[in-house]
Formats: sequence, C-alpha cells, structure tokens
Amino acid sequence: MKALLAATPKRALFLMAVLAGVLLALPAFANAYILSVAILILYFAYLGQAWNVMMGFCGQLSLGHSLYVGIGAYVSAALFVHFGIAPWIGIWASILACMAAGAAIGVLAFRFGIGGVYFALLTIAFAEFTRIGFDHLDWVGGSGGFFLPVAQREINDVLALRGSPAMFYYVMLALTVAAFAFCTWLLRTRIGYYWQAIREDPDAAQALGINTFRYKMLAVIISAGMSSLSGVFFAFYYNNLFPEQIFNMSRSIEIILGPIIGGTGTLFGPILGAVVLTVLADGITELMAAFGWEIPGVKQVFYGTCMLVVIVFLPNGIWPTLARRLGLERREGGPHG
Amino acid sequence: MAETLLSVRSVSKSFRGLRAAAEVSFDVEEGHVVALIGPNGAGKTTCFNMIAGALAPDAGEIRFAGRRIDGMRPDQVCLAGIGRTFQLVKPFAGLSVLDNVIVGALRRNSHVGVARRKAHAVLERLGLEGKRDQPASALTLPDRKRLEVARAIATEPRLLLLDEVMAGLRPTETDRMVAVFRRLNEEHGLTILLIEHVMRAVMALSREIHVLHHGELIASGSPDDVVRHPAVLDCYLGEEAV
Repeated sequence: MKALLAATPKRALFLMAVLAGVLLALPAFANAYILSVAILILYFAYLGQAWNVMMGFCGQLSLGHSLYVGIGAYVSAALFVHFGIAPWIGIWASILACMAAGAAIGVLAFRFGIGGVYFALLTIAFAEFTRIGFDHLDWVGGSGGFFLPVAQREINDVLALRGSPAMFYYVMLALTVAAFAFCTWLLRTRIGYYWQAIREDPDAAQALGINTFRYKMLAVIISAGMSSLSGVFFAFYYNNLFPEQIFNMSRSIEIILGPIIGGTGTLFGPILGAVVLTVLADGITELMAAFGWEIPGVKQVFYGTCMLVVIVFLPNGIWPTLARRLGLERREGGPHG
Repeated sequence: MAETLLSVRSVSKSFRGLRAAAEVSFDVEEGHVVALIGPNGAGKTTCFNMIAGALAPDAGEIRFAGRRIDGMRPDQVCLAGIGRTFQLVKPFAGLSVLDNVIVGALRRNSHVGVARRKAHAVLERLGLEGKRDQPASALTLPDRKRLEVARAIATEPRLLLLDEVMAGLRPTETDRMVAVFRRLNEEHGLTILLIEHVMRAVMALSREIHVLHHGELIASGSPDDVVRHPAVLDCYLGEEAV
C-alpha cells in the first residue's frame, strides 16, 4: 500500500482526493435527476470493471455479461420475494449462482479449446438461452416480469437495500470503490501478472509454467461473481425485472462499451468510459427533448459513433492518452493504472 | 556427476504422413551443453516441442530426471524444471521488459516483490537492465531474443532449451550470448540443449552435438568428430566447413 502511494505522482493523489470529496458530497447538492445519472455512471463503472477482469486483464472476450447481471438479480429478488430473505444474505446466493454459471462456461470453453470469437459466441449463447429460460419460468413471473414490493423511501436500511436514492448512490459508490481497489490489488499479485501473460501470448505463458486453464477459469469466476452484485443492486433499485431487458444482448454491449472507450485492461478506463458514455448519452437525450425532437434509436447511433471515433483515433481507449497528457502515469514498472 | 538428465528414446512424430521425427534417441547429461543441428526442416524444433510438451510424440518415451514427461502439458514440463525459448519469439508485447521477466520469475516465487528482484538480476545478466521499462514491443529482434532467454532463465530451470537464439545476432553479440550461457553452465551447473545454425556458437559452447536430417539422427558425438563426419558434411555443413 505504501509502495503504491509512493509510486503514484502527487498530482494524481491530489486529483483523487478532490474526486473523492466531490463523490462523497454529491447527494447533498445534487437534484434527483443528477443523482440518478450519477448512480447509472457508477453502475456501469462497476460492471465495466468486472468485465475488464476477464477481457482487459486475461484477454477472454465475454459478450454475454448480461447473463451474470440477470442471474444475480433474479436469485436475490426471488429469495426476497418468495422467502423473505434479505438481500445481504441473498447476495451470497447470487454470487455463488453466477460463479457457477461462469465456471460452466469456462469449463466448456477452455477444456475443449474454444477460444477467441468462438468463446465470445458461447457467452452470447448462454445469455440468450438463459433469457429464454426465464421467459418461461413462472416462479419468477416469466416474460410478464418479476416485481419487488416497493417500500417506503424515507427509511434507509442498507442491509435490506431499501431506502432513498442517496442511499442507493452510496451503496453503488462503495461497490465501485471496492471493485477498483480489488482490481488494483489483483493486478499486483501473481494472478494479475499471469492473466496479463495469458492475454499477451497463451503459448509463451504456458511455457513459463502457467496453468492457463486454471487462471482463465479464475478470471471468468471472479468476473462473474463481481457482476452478480450489480444485478442484485439493479433488482432492488428498480424493483422490476424482465428477462427481455436484463438478459438482452444490447445490455451486454452497453456493459463493454465503457471499458473499451475508456481503455481496456486499465484500472481507470472502465470508470472514465462510464462517465463519458452516460453523460453524453443522457446529454443528447436531454438536448433532443429540449428541441422537441424525437428520433428513435439516437442513443444507439451515438454509441456506435463513439466507438468508431475511439477505435480510429485512440485504439487503446481514452485513459492511456489522457493519463499521459495529465502526467498521471506511475513511475516504476508494474502494471499500469 | 554426469547423470542422464534428459533421455529421448525412439521418439517419432508425423504430420499428415510427413515424418518430422523418426525414432530419435539421444541423452543429455546433467551439466552438459548439447547442440542439435541439421538443415532446415530436419525436425529439430519438432523434437524441442515434444520435449517441452507443446507436442505429444506419436511413439517413444521422453524422461526428465527419471520421470516420464512426454504427453505432459507445457506448464507441467516447465514446473518439472525445463525452460524453453521460442524460435519465433513470443514476447508479452504489451508488458514492459521487466514485467515479462517477472512473469517467468513468479514460477518459483509467488511473491511479486521477490520475483521483481530476481527479474532485475536476470536482466542485468543479459544486458537488458537499461531497457527494463520499455514495452517488449519496442525491442529490436536481438533484444527480443535476449528477452526470450531472460524469461526462460527466470523460471530457474535445470535444463534450458534454446531454439535459435543466436540467429540474427552480430558476431560480437553472439560472443556475448555465448559468454552468458557459458557462465550459466559453469557457475550454476545449468544444463543446456540448443538448436542452432550459427556454428561459431555451437562450436564454442557444446560438448556434444547431435545431427538431424529428415527427422532421423544421422550423427552424434563431440564437436570435432561431428564436423568431420561425412554424412554431416554432405547434407548440412558442406565441404568448406572444416
């Protein structure tokens, strides 16, 4: 920890302190709309971080991360609605269920040598058939949706995930900060080095004694477990779940846009990407509303344009370039933030 | 001292009917430097890949320190104590030179701090310390070959497999590399099996030479004997080599 601080430029520490202050104080001066946008940003920053573990660190492309969000959401919600089990307990069931799903995909793919594009297709397939399965699962409402009882918003109860938007904001902020810290730590351990080696060249990694199967499994399972938490959050924040929405492939795409635009494999990339995408997308929607225009699909077109611009001009994402411009790069070796 | 560390027995491998290795047998004694030479396509790299676990032999048996290793995965072979380099270098392009070597050093040390210190020492030895913070993708080919060696040495192997690490080096650089391997061999008792076309290096380093041609071992012996061997002159070295 001390070494980490010493290796980080003063300027970066100062900026992070300012950022922390603003984030902590935000609910005090932000209106309901700003707060809802902030929650959305944190939600995508967190999920992007989780996805980044698999793709950014270990080089395994998942295009079906909505699977873990959906399973995480449904498991906790079902336990709550049917058995009255509070989310702080249900969350563990969600994590385990998602880790099991991730492990199933991992075993299938990595045991039988399915890699690259075919692996990505497999992740889509799992998300899709799970969506269809939930469409017909009447126990959790099927395609008609699953609804959680909406409770009083005045009393904040973090353990029950019931309370005001400000509480949800702080919960999501805590999750995002924890995920960031966790990933920073992971990258500095043997696991992080081995993941990056596998990402860069699996053959060379194996020749250096790395059990690539084991470490790829670890990446999928950790990423799935992290993603499940955002599903639980989603369920108790929005109080309604539809398989058509939560498992949809476009959700998976939304999850990965942030880290790709921000910078795959970096620690700040997913966060920066979430800020840029959410703020701009919402800004455009607001702008359109202000002018009284209504163009369906404008958000998707905007996402596509963002992607195009970043891939053409900043193939490594915004963060690596930005960090260099601001002089925020770490000095001595080690994986780069 | 001279115990057999690696023993290759009647190993064969075919690719769609093409015999890349036919009943190849040879031993590598502990502490020796042994070279595998022969014309292009003779099956040298195929032999390496079978020893390193990248390919499973169709027939035959490979033992390392008495243990069967044929058919093991490459990571298991590495854990058993064999380090290898790739003829077509495979650096972790996006990582720094230092991080590349740390990955190798982590094989024996689970703690990154310890592995980093080891990595520094290995880079020092190979003359790459000055470039440690560069991304591996920025290195020239000779430096990439050096990095390939550094990474393999960092795993602290008992046997090091070198696949044409001198190719493309200038003579002075070759001599430097030879000196590095000689020191590793003499000071640390590292056993080395190398594939090499640069005869200058082969002659300077090796105690024994095995010659492959069309997948078959056609000659074995001391460097002086092998370079005079009629079959070797005929298929590989040419008359003027002696």
